[in-house]
Amino acid sequence: MNYKSSYFIITCLAFGFAFLYIPILSMVVFSFNASKLVTVWDSAHSPTLKWYYALLGNDEILDAAWISLKVAVINASGSVILGTLAGFGLARFSQFRGRFTLNAMTTAPLVMPEVITGLSLLLLFVALEQLIGWPAGRGITTMTIGHMTFSMAYVTVIVNSRLATFDTALEEAAMDLGARPLKVFFVITMPIIFPAILSGWLLAFTLSWDDLVISSFTSGPGSSTLPMVVFSKVRLGVSPEINVLATITITVVTLMIVGVSLWMARRAKLDKAAD
Amino acid sequence: MTTSGGAAVKSAPWKDPSARPYVQVDRVTKAFGDFKAVDDVSLKIYKGEIFCLLGASGCGKTTLLRMLGGFETPTSGKIFIDGEDMTGVPPYERPVNMMFQSYALFPHMNVEENVAFGLKQDRIPKAEIKERVATMLDLVKLGDFAKRKPHQLSGGQRQRVALARSLVKRPKLLLLDEPLGALDKKLREHTQFELISLQDKLGVTFVVVTHDQEEAMTLASRIGVMNHGEIVQAGTPSEIYEFPSSKFVADFVGSVNMFEGKLIEDEPEHVRIASDDMGGTIYVSHGISAPPEAIVWAAVRPEKIFMSTAQPAGTDNVVRGAVQDIAYLGDLSIYLVKLPTGKVVRVTQPNTSRHAEAITWDQQVYLSWDATSPVVVTR
Amino acid sequence: MKTAAYLRRFGISGRGLVVALPYLWLLLFFVVPFVIVLKISFSDIDLAIPPYKPLLEWVGKNSLAIKVDFNNYAFLFTDRLYINAFLNSIKVAFISTVLCALVGYPMAYGIARSKPATRNLLLLLVILPFWTSLLLRVYAWIGLLKANGVINNVLIWMGVINEPLTLLYTPFAMYVGIVYSYLPFFILPMYANLEKMDWQLLEAAEDLGCRPWQAFYKITLPLSRNGILAGSMLVFIPAVGEFVIPALLGGPNALMIGRVLWDEFFSNRAWPVASAVAILLLILLVPFMMWYQSVQARESAGAR
Ligand SMILES: Nc1ncnc2c1ncn2[C@@H]1O[C@H](COP(=O)(O)OP(=O)(O)OP(=O)(O)O)[C@@H](O)[C@H]1O
Ligand SMILES: [Mg+2]
Repeated sequence: MNYKSSYFIITCLAFGFAFLYIPILSMVVFSFNASKLVTVWDSAHSPTLKWYYALLGNDEILDAAWISLKVAVINASGSVILGTLAGFGLARFSQFRGRFTLNAMTTAPLVMPEVITGLSLLLLFVALEQLIGWPAGRGITTMTIGHMTFSMAYVTVIVNSRLATFDTALEEAAMDLGARPLKVFFVITMPIIFPAILSGWLLAFTLSWDDLVISSFTSGPGSSTLPMVVFSKVRLGVSPEINVLATITITVVTLMIVGVSLWMARRAKLDKAAD
Repeated sequence: MTTSGGAAVKSAPWKDPSARPYVQVDRVTKAFGDFKAVDDVSLKIYKGEIFCLLGASGCGKTTLLRMLGGFETPTSGKIFIDGEDMTGVPPYERPVNMMFQSYALFPHMNVEENVAFGLKQDRIPKAEIKERVATMLDLVKLGDFAKRKPHQLSGGQRQRVALARSLVKRPKLLLLDEPLGALDKKLREHTQFELISLQDKLGVTFVVVTHDQEEAMTLASRIGVMNHGEIVQAGTPSEIYEFPSSKFVADFVGSVNMFEGKLIEDEPEHVRIASDDMGGTIYVSHGISAPPEAIVWAAVRPEKIFMSTAQPAGTDNVVRGAVQDIAYLGDLSIYLVKLPTGKVVRVTQPNTSRHAEAITWDQQVYLSWDATSPVVVTR
Repeated sequence: MKTAAYLRRFGISGRGLVVALPYLWLLLFFVVPFVIVLKISFSDIDLAIPPYKPLLEWVGKNSLAIKVDFNNYAFLFTDRLYINAFLNSIKVAFISTVLCALVGYPMAYGIARSKPATRNLLLLLVILPFWTSLLLRVYAWIGLLKANGVINNVLIWMGVINEPLTLLYTPFAMYVGIVYSYLPFFILPMYANLEKMDWQLLEAAEDLGCRPWQAFYKITLPLSRNGILAGSMLVFIPAVGEFVIPALLGGPNALMIGRVLWDEFFSNRAWPVASAVAILLLILLVPFMMWYQSVQARESAGAR
């Protein structure tokens, strides 16, 4: 009804967003800088796409990106399945044995420091290998399992909170009309929570794509992901190619987020119109 | 119809041009963008009144009230309270308290803390706060609920906490926004009378917003009927009911049969109207100010129409019709009578005897009314 | 339907199957690993692959000996390095949480009180950085903070300073990096809480004589307690074990426990010591995690 903000609040917002965006914008700007010093603007030769070409020729980065992409896609798909099941169970089955544990197990990975998760997963894989011979060595499989374990927790939260806000009456009406539970899930529930599942997939993808710590623990020789390569480069100082990589990431993410938001806003409007 | 409103009503200060109004709203307009939620409203409210703002949803009642409370700034015009210009005076410095439409009880405080909140703000000594809160809670019969949180109370109890919280500061002016909206009918009627007796006891001036005309009738010393941001008529409940100034007011307050017609006789002490609507002539025993031949409307209240099987004497104010529908409401019955012109007239008859002469469906009846009954409106 | 009835006879229902899969997954890959970490934290370091000795050992032909070794823990408590790292991590995480709250609360408040259309845009702007890589965003600060970085260049150009300031590889840089990375984690739950706020309560408080800031202090602040707690927990818990930011911005002296664990594991190959560090860190954080979960439960139940 009333939208009041004092100048103090507006100032805070302005500074807050400046704080969030200046670093990002600086990377974008300096990705076009010709100088190898990165942050010293070489106005004689800039802007230039030189580092973009350099990145395209960098096999180390491209190989790592390919591995990251594979892991991220498998992880996102697996996490969505596990997370949707868990989220659905938590939201719709009010009482079952292990509910408390499941709830705790899906909340803890959200806040668990990554070094602990990473270390514990690695030790598990080592122990399993000793015990049953699987997984033989570490690589894409172990990394994906590690990523899925914490990504699914995020998907669970998203699906759970979406289901909590939507009326069970719809599902009950469908059952009343004779649909079996499984059919109800695919015909009624699924389409309604689809935006949540999509957000979950995208989030799981991003979490995996960005992950450094858990990957470092669970990867094996020859399976370095993009963040691992970036990390080792960044430790040695700034590098113009990383700015290019950042700019590309930001562009893709922005387009994706804006696109999905617009699509969801339209969907919400249609839903409202249908009411 | 009951009227009330403490001392103010008996002296009727609004009839006295020299009386000083307690609240004066002077040509106030509030626009949201292009839309005028309150449009050039002027009002005078006197000490000790219960003034009801009555109108349909969205007509600007809450907006007007919020301007009195200081939560909205008028786009133009001025508000005076006790003779002081309120422009630029924030809510926390006005001698006014408000009871919100949603009650706005603080969920993290219990009943006692909610009621004490305003007093603590004024740095009143602890002992006095305790005593005043206790007295107030007794007054609204919530003494036993002092330690409960708002979510542990029923709707009616919450409403009384909100009332206690706004009254405990002894404001000179209390603004109530649909105070009884959330209550069921029985509790609402009960609380209406409680409000009146409280107001009598404390001598506070009330401005009450409602869209329930019955509630307005019960509570008000005067009613201001609002439509599209304007006050279309202000007056005592009986003035509003008996002498509506426009079709809108006549229609909005109570139910009414409206006959459209042309003025064919216009004398200082009577008029006669030929109504195609009714299929006859209407004789009214008071003059009106309208040009000859003007199109006017005669409003006749359902309870002022007589219904009989035998033809009454005279030709004015009489019409024949067939009973189309009957609704039995216990204390009275409503008859819908269809005239040959096609118009349906609403008639109410008290069920005074158990074996009322049986007027039934499809029966031909005569409808008639006194010459004093119709009210003629020109807009 | 037949098969369902058949399965139910054995206590297997459709519902059970739905939750069994994620349940077992998390049990195997999230809970069991901690048991193994616990076990290894009691083992001896060994120069083998894997670099620890088994807890169970055959001594003689028919007897099995359990060797529980508290040396790793004793080691952690005797070497000041570890205790300092723990204390420092808590300090850094705590200060970062307070900073996040100071920056994030007014932002969340401003967003919650803006018009719905603006609100969605602002929220999008908060979420967007969260979707771009953390590593890259931390990297951006290196470019801003280093000796010939953007901030120093701008300050010199403006004539504020003559010599570049040492900003990078300082505690300051680390705090900036942590606050920057974790800010959305504070703002989002804070916003979710403030969005449910009934702003009319503030009007009621003003009506009863409060000045706007008093109304904020007496009404808004206590009512948004759960949001503050949830947001703080989402910042504090992971920040205690943070590795990347201290490693990149904090310089060699930034003693954070996450970094110590990493170095023990990767540089020293001291897996049992790393495990003991992890277990102690976990013991430290579990109470906060449980607190977080109860705050979440209260928040979703809508209680104040
Ligand atoms: N902040 C605002 N911005 C824009 N329009 C508003 C605002 N507040 C009120 N309005 C509009 O002003 C008109 C009057 O609103 P108000 O709340 O005063 O109505 P009301 O008479 O109290 O109605 P109700 O009986 O439903 O409470 C409505 O059409 C409403 O949409
Ligand atoms: Mg209203």
